[in-house]
Amino acid sequence: MDVKLPNPVRSAFEKTERDDTVIVNIGPSHPATHGTIQIIAELDGENVVRADVHCGYVHRGFEKECESHTWHNLIPYVDRLNYCSGLINDFAYCEAVEKLMGIELTPRCKVLRTLLSEYSRIADHLTCIAASLMELGAMTAFLYLIMIRDFIYEHLADLTGARVTYTYGRIGGLARDLPPGWLSRLEEILGGYEVFVGRVHGLMDRNRIFIDRTRDVGVISTADAINWGFTGPILRSTGAPRDLRKDTPYLAYAELDFEVPVGIKGDNYDRYYVRMREMDESVHMIRQLVDMLPEGPINVDDRRCTLPEKRLVYTEIESLINHFKLIMEGPQVPAGDAYVAHEAANGELGFYIVSTGTGTPYKVHVRAPSFVHMGGVHRLMEGYQLADIIPTFGSVNMIGGECDR
Amino acid sequence: MTPGVLDTLKERLAGEVADASVSHGMLVLVLAPADLLGIVQRLESEFRFDLFLDVTAVDWPGQTPRFEVVYHFYSTAHRIRVRLKTRVPEADPAVESLVPLYGSAHYMERECHDMYGIVFRGNPDLRPILLYEGFVGHPLRKDYPKRQEQPLVPYRS
Repeated sequence: MDVKLPNPVRSAFEKTERDDTVIVNIGPSHPATHGTIQIIAELDGENVVRADVHCGYVHRGFEKECESHTWHNLIPYVDRLNYCSGLINDFAYCEAVEKLMGIELTPRCKVLRTLLSEYSRIADHLTCIAASLMELGAMTAFLYLIMIRDFIYEHLADLTGARVTYTYGRIGGLARDLPPGWLSRLEEILGGYEVFVGRVHGLMDRNRIFIDRTRDVGVISTADAINWGFTGPILRSTGAPRDLRKDTPYLAYAELDFEVPVGIKGDNYDRYYVRMREMDESVHMIRQLVDMLPEGPINVDDRRCTLPEKRLVYTEIESLINHFKLIMEGPQVPAGDAYVAHEAANGELGFYIVSTGTGTPYKVHVRAPSFVHMGGVHRLMEGYQLADIIPTFGSVNMIGGECDR
Repeated sequence: MTPGVLDTLKERLAGEVADASVSHGMLVLVLAPADLLGIVQRLESEFRFDLFLDVTAVDWPGQTPRFEVVYHFYSTAHRIRVRLKTRVPEADPAVESLVPLYGSAHYMERECHDMYGIVFRGNPDLRPILLYEGFVGHPLRKDYPKRQEQPLVPYRS
């Protein structure tokens, strides 16, 4: 093909600063990085002098699309932001809308949402750790972790009907209650998790090769991490116990007993270990939540957002009209704006929504942790070797869906 | 959440901004674009709002000034958030950049520039980030048609 295709990006540095360095382009589709990202790096031998990180290859106009659908219809879209832990996105978005509508969730819904958020966090961390270990050649650890993750996905499919994109949150509640036997299978999976994560600890924690590749690689200090907007496991790996679940508790987190694991140095090893420990804390939380799960309805009794029972839709005119209005016009959200942030698996996931009082959002903006992290990730790469980009990028866990929206 | 800090903050800043209110548990400050950098500097140094969370804009066509630039900050010490709002006109949609104060401003301001065409004076690098080089227009402005397509590479027929 002799047609010259235009380049979608303009590099921050076309020329090298010195005459003994070269500029190398990595990505956007590189077999060793999971996620579509382009890194333009200036190399001095094997060492990265400068790095220019480009994202945007998975941009699909999510925020624009939101402005022409009803508040309910967005839920499938928000699932597709962080597709490793879609439920956390669902619940954060729903809570933003509920905040504007002034809705207080039922106790059962609150506990279930917390439980499923933690369950999703385990799935997300498993994916992140498994993928970054595989990129370092640890195939066994990858298979162990992905096996557990797939048990979780199938288990969530029993509940929601889908493995990855659940569309399970509803404004004012949830799509459906737990199917029979779901909680006993949950305990089985958590037991399996403990066995296999224990094996991964045995394989990796004191593994010379793993330590050499990750210890003192991609180091960032707490002050730098905050300055560059890092949140979540990356900020905690620097030793700062900052966790929204503890600092500004939402859902049922205030009633739970859990610790916030932190790292020491803020390097790749600490990010691995913080995630491993966070999963243990999530398991601990899930067990407490199962014990405290109250009986009762999962949806609020509020005609502004909750669909009437199907039986009533077919038999009485008020419910029929209610159903019709909610589907065709959407829930009428009072005018105003709200920002709601949840501690997602990667960091602070914020939804900033603006309503003008209609059934369609005026604006939905996502504060995606991955996007902000991509703005600072060059700090983790510069000064280290080219091969270190792979474990560093893996430990940051960039998710293209939420980064590029 | 410490309501005490929120009230102190509101009292001490109320004289310097156009409006200060508490909305859904968050302090909202409305201010003139010229005051932005000064207020953010004070928030950062005096009140320890060390985490710059987010910047975006809201397009209100028909209103003047047309664009509302919205900032969110978080204080890891006080565990509270604050929202800053400032209006800029369509003819000169420019605000001061926060790059000298926060590293995270680099990327987030680029995104806002992409989507709304807000110019951040002092940001050295406003290249497209989610869009591609040469993209015409700002897709999140309300007057950008939802179905408009501008493929970088021609579609295969």
